Amino acid sequence: MGKHILVIEDEPNIIEAIRFILSRDGWKVDIHSNGEDAVEVVQRIAPDVLMLDVMLPNKSGYDILQELRADERSAHLPILMLTARGQNKDREMAERFGASLFMTKPFSNAEVLQSLHSLVQA
Amino acid sequence: MPRSTLIGNRIRDRRASLGIKQADLARRVGVSPSYLNLIEHNKRRIGGKLLVDLAAVLEVDPSALSEGAEASLLAALRDAASGQGSATPELDKIEEFAGRFPGWASLIDWQHRHIASLERTVETLTDRLTHDPFLSASLHEVLSVVTAIRSTATILNETKDIEPEWRERFHRNVADDSLRLTESAQALVNYLDSSGDAETTLSSPEEELESWMELRGYHLPELEEETERPEVLIRSAPELTSSHSRAVAENYLKRYARDAERMPLDLFAPAAQRLDFEPAALAQEFETDLSSVMRRISVLPDQETEERIGLVVCDSSGTLLFRKPPEGFALPRFGAGCPLWPLYQALTRPMAPIRRVIRTSGRNPRQYLAYAISQPAYQSGFDGPEVFEATMLLIPESRLTLPQSPTLSLGTSCRICAKRNCAARREPSILSDQN
Repeated sequence: MGKHILVIEDEPNIIEAIRFILSRDGWKVDIHSNGEDAVEVVQRIAPDVLMLDVMLPNKSGYDILQELRADERSAHLPILMLTARGQNKDREMAERFGASLFMTKPFSNAEVLQSLHSLVQA
Repeated sequence: MPRSTLIGNRIRDRRASLGIKQADLARRVGVSPSYLNLIEHNKRRIGGKLLVDLAAVLEVDPSALSEGAEASLLAALRDAASGQGSATPELDKIEEFAGRFPGWASLIDWQHRHIASLERTVETLTDRLTHDPFLSASLHEVLSVVTAIRSTATILNETKDIEPEWRERFHRNVADDSLRLTESAQALVNYLDSSGDAETTLSSPEEELESWMELRGYHLPELEEETERPEVLIRSAPELTSSHSRAVAENYLKRYARDAERMPLDLFAPAAQRLDFEPAALAQEFETDLSSVMRRISVLPDQETEERIGLVVCDSSGTLLFRKPPEGFALPRFGAGCPLWPLYQALTRPMAPIRRVIRTSGRNPRQYLAYAISQPAYQSGFDGPEVFEATMLLIPESRLTLPQSPTLSLGTSCRICAKRNCAARREPSILSDQN
């Protein structure tokens, strides 16, 4: 079995597509769609990589990122942030709060796989 | 009374002397009331057929209105000169300049107006991209759906050995997302293109309500006389285009009706004049609270010749919920206003009334008497949450005698305020590089 990834994203058809391409690439994929309990889910599942959307129901991806980085269990977890806003401000926030990589929608499947491979190999 | 030298003032004076309402005159010459208002305040130049039509309705010779065009040019040049930081135009030679070089003078006038127009456009666009929640949410929706379609289409195109059930599911997803994208894009286009006029293109639910109230002169006789219910008024208002704007309008109108019932117009209007619009005295007389009185003052019918009284309401986060700009004081379309506004000071001191003489910064400073109060907006019981709402009334100095007290200099919002060395500045101004 390949690396374990948790995808926190609330757009159902993006989830289906990502689950498909990652499964085909050999990843073990878990999905979660709510921001509110996302931190608990990450700590419980303890994935190798986290794919985290910024705009989520009930809690922002940035808040989740900050909480994860403040906890030693997830302080060094590779995290790929996804956002539909490509402004410099968003990129700066993602970097400041400790994202490993930052990707703007709409992204390609190849970019997703390439980014995740680079994270687990780092 | 000295005779005005500006065309707009002449038109306004003549109209008032004939007892013609601004809206009636606008209709008779085929322009909108807001455009005529700009003309009457010398913010739009006028000539040709419109001048002739106006003169005909006002029963004067066109030259009686247009004489003074030179004075209008001089006033425009002085206005242009007043906003220049380091430049020092020779104001004592302004008439000589306009007389010797009328073409150059007209060019400066035109450029000055054009710069002001561009500044307003920049203000609107930057304000909008930063703060417009509808635009931000709509773009997010579009980009998310595009991402799903792109990802799914790539899978369908590049995966040769895809299982039939997955293929079927992805086809269905693409079809669903295409439909969603069509609807989202259409909603976005409608939002951006609801009118060709940049001033009305950018409407949020609150703006639609404000725009509708502006058309009604911020006064609703149907509610004053209880001849119509708010719901019926809203149904007959095509300007309120969405369910959100109608919901916002319903809350506003129900509150208007309650205030009108508590403070009937025939009693309140004379009392407001007698008490010089002093909210505390009016609140005592009508045994009600200060914010209700401020709202009530803001919907009193203004006389044609009087400068308009303004009202601003915000919630505890500082988000502006309602804006009625007073004469000469533009209020921001999106985001928060100037941190120095008494409105925000009131939020820091709930239930403590605030009164300040304020002066706006910028090219044409104006003075107002500002009253502000922050009151509970929602009675949630002893366990909270506490929800406050602040209200600020802005009365132009022409409507009363300003009290002798220190004057607070403030702006509209940081982004379009050129005030230097301001302790409350939160971001640089787009109008000046000397922040």
